[in-house]
Amino acid sequence: MSTNDVDLPEALAELRDAFLDTPERDRLQLLLEVSRELPPLPDRYADAPERLERVQECQSPVYAFAEVDDAGVVAFHATAPEEAPTTRGFASILAQGLTGLTAQQVLDVPEDFPLQFGLTKLVSPLRLNGMAGMLTRAKRQVREQLAAAQV
Amino acid sequence: MPAPIDPSDKIAQYAHPERLVSTTWLAQRLKDPGIVVVESDEDVLLYETGHIPGAVKVDWHTELQHPEMRDYLDGAAFAALMGSKGITRDTTIVLYGDKNNWWAAYTAWVFTLFGHSDVRLLDGGRGLWSAEGRELTTDVPAPAPVEYPTVERDDTTIRAFREDVLAHLGNGPLVDIRSPQEYTGERIAIPDYPEEGVLRGGHIPTARNVPWATAVAEDGTYKTRAELDAIYTSGLGLSADDAVITYCRIGERSSHTWFALTYLLGYTAVRNYDGSWTEWGNAVRVPVATGAEAGTV
Repeated sequence: MSTNDVDLPEALAELRDAFLDTPERDRLQLLLEVSRELPPLPDRYADAPERLERVQECQSPVYAFAEVDDAGVVAFHATAPEEAPTTRGFASILAQGLTGLTAQQVLDVPEDFPLQFGLTKLVSPLRLNGMAGMLTRAKRQVREQLAAAQV
Repeated sequence: MPAPIDPSDKIAQYAHPERLVSTTWLAQRLKDPGIVVVESDEDVLLYETGHIPGAVKVDWHTELQHPEMRDYLDGAAFAALMGSKGITRDTTIVLYGDKNNWWAAYTAWVFTLFGHSDVRLLDGGRGLWSAEGRELTTDVPAPAPVEYPTVERDDTTIRAFREDVLAHLGNGPLVDIRSPQEYTGERIAIPDYPEEGVLRGGHIPTARNVPWATAVAEDGTYKTRAELDAIYTSGLGLSADDAVITYCRIGERSSHTWFALTYLLGYTAVRNYDGSWTEWGNAVRVPVATGAEAGTV
């Protein structure tokens, strides 16, 4: 079954295609490169890590937060330890793929999109749950901020 | 010919000093052709970020498990795996990994199911090697494939199944090495770990709770033999010839304790129940105890 026909926002689709266009044996290396692109936290979070939320689905301590600005545009921030490169790679995919989207576009990202990256066999479904968990939390955070903005 | 034993004082105290090596010992033997260093981590990418020079990677999840059943590789697949890593039946294997060697110990346990005779752990694992500023490289070795014989897995000596645990209840000690909160039933996963879908919390009745980390010092190395004896032998009232079953969530942390009891203290009949809580906590009509008391059968 192909899941490629599910619409993904452009940046996520580009990342997915980069993985699928890479031979399977080199995909872990690509994930490692992506993990190195995880942007550092903005100072306002680095100084106040309690504003980030712990992602329980991940095996390593990862903190993430999807922020909606006044114009309704989302920025996804995350941090994970250096010794957890897989988790950093997942966080980096989301940071690159979700940041700049509208809140509605984030809410429309299919929950199972991590399964489209051709990593299931290499990384294992259990580990990919970590990325799905980050997305689920990001969506909830977006919804909470939308609700708060309407009050 | 097996590699020499690490002669350090601490290791010499253990029941089987041929099973543990120090970082110093390994650093001097990285070019020994009879030794293959194997990294096994929780994180599937950590090896790629840099590893001990010459080390190959074995992933516990994608390489050691049967692709469909919840079980391990069969003899033929195991032979192919080992041969592809440049490991022969006579190779001295030195395992290390992240998280204080949880997964390295798990891999050591799986290798031992196939009767590989010379499997050692690097005391302190990846964490200590890195902390000591020792060399790491991203060069991935390409070992020439070698012949490894097809050996039947022995599931009777160091592995326990659910039926074995049921038969064991009331007849021998069980050591639950999960966190106290998992043991009492207050939570059903390791703090900060993914939930793996367990329906009941608690522990196997009569099991005593000794979290795995009790066995390690601050630098991630195993505690000394005297300290380990105080924890398990006098602490739990066990003796070296007791039939002991260890378990955790999926059998990885309990491999770390299986290793300590078997090779560091010389217990002769320790089995690891790899079904562990993800099986027991979901199984129909098996007894479960909750709270801090071990409970009765």
